Amino acid sequence: MPDNDIATIETRASSGEPCAPDFVYTIFIKATAEQVWNGLIDRDLTKAYWGHYNESEWQPGSRWDHVRSDGSGKIDTRGRIIEMDPPRKMVWSWAFDADAELPGKLSRVTYELTALGPDTKLTVIHSELEPGSPMDKGIREGWPAVLSNLKSLLETGAVLSEEQWPGRSSA
Amino acid sequence: MSDVFAALADSTRRTLLDRLFVKNGQNLSDLHDGMTMSRQAVAKHLHILETANLVSVHWQGREKLHYLNPVPLGDIVHRWVGKFEDARIAALTDFKQQMEDASNSSSNSKPQEKRRAGQ
Repeated sequence: MPDNDIATIETRASSGEPCAPDFVYTIFIKATAEQVWNGLIDRDLTKAYWGHYNESEWQPGSRWDHVRSDGSGKIDTRGRIIEMDPPRKMVWSWAFDADAELPGKLSRVTYELTALGPDTKLTVIHSELEPGSPMDKGIREGWPAVLSNLKSLLETGAVLSEEQWPGRSSA
Repeated sequence: MSDVFAALADSTRRTLLDRLFVKNGQNLSDLHDGMTMSRQAVAKHLHILETANLVSVHWQGREKLHYLNPVPLGDIVHRWVGKFEDARIAALTDFKQQMEDASNSSSNSKPQEKRRAGQ
C-alpha cells in the first residue's frame, strides 16, 4: 500500500523549514517497560489519562489518530508511525488534523523507554516544531501534564486528583 | 522530591533553568557563556539539575544538549497547590481553543512574540 510506505513520510525538517529547538521530557515510572509502552498506545488507557484516545494499528507507516474521548469522535491530532521497536522506541509524526498532509506542519515525536530495575525511564522528544506556532506553544504545557497523569495511572491505578496527594510518599 | 528542592535552592541553578526556558537544548559552552564562574562549576550545577530530573540530557552525536524538564515541578504543584487540577483543565481547554482558532485561520498573529512580551 503506497499510503503505508514510511519512505514517503516527510516531516518539517525534510521540507527545509526552520524548526524550533526540541523539547525533551523525562519521567521515571514505577512500572515495567511493557506496562509503560502499553500505557502509551492502548486505547482505553490513553482515554483514561489523556482526554483523548490514541488509535492506530501501530505498524510502521500506519496512521494514528488522537481522538477526543468526549464521544464527539473529533480527531484533534494525527500523523503516521515512522518507527516501532516495542517496548523501547517509537517515532511518529504529529500535526493538527487539518495540517496532517502538509510536510512543513508535521512535527516528530520520539518515545524512548529504558528499564531501570523495577522502574522505567520514559523520554519524550518533540522535535521539528514550527517556531512560535500554536503547537510549539501548546506542547510546553501539554506533555508534562500528560506524563504526570500517565505515571499516576500506572503507579496508583487512578489519574491525578487533589485527594490523592496528601497520602503519597515523598519518594 | 528533596533533590528538586535542593537543586532549586541555588540561584545559579535557577538562572540556568531560566536560560533553558528562553532557549532550550544548549550545550555546556552555551550555558557557560556570560556566567561569572568556571566551566567546571557550571558543569557541576548542571549535573545537580540532571540528577534532580529538572534537566533532560539528549546526545546529538558527541554533543551533550540540555533541556528544561518541568515534569518534577508538576509533582510539587500537585502536592501543595490546591485547585491545580482545575487550572490545568482550564489550560487544556484554552489550548484546545487555540488549536481550533489556529486551524480555522492560518493567517495568525505572532504568538511567540506575544508570549515573550507576557513574561
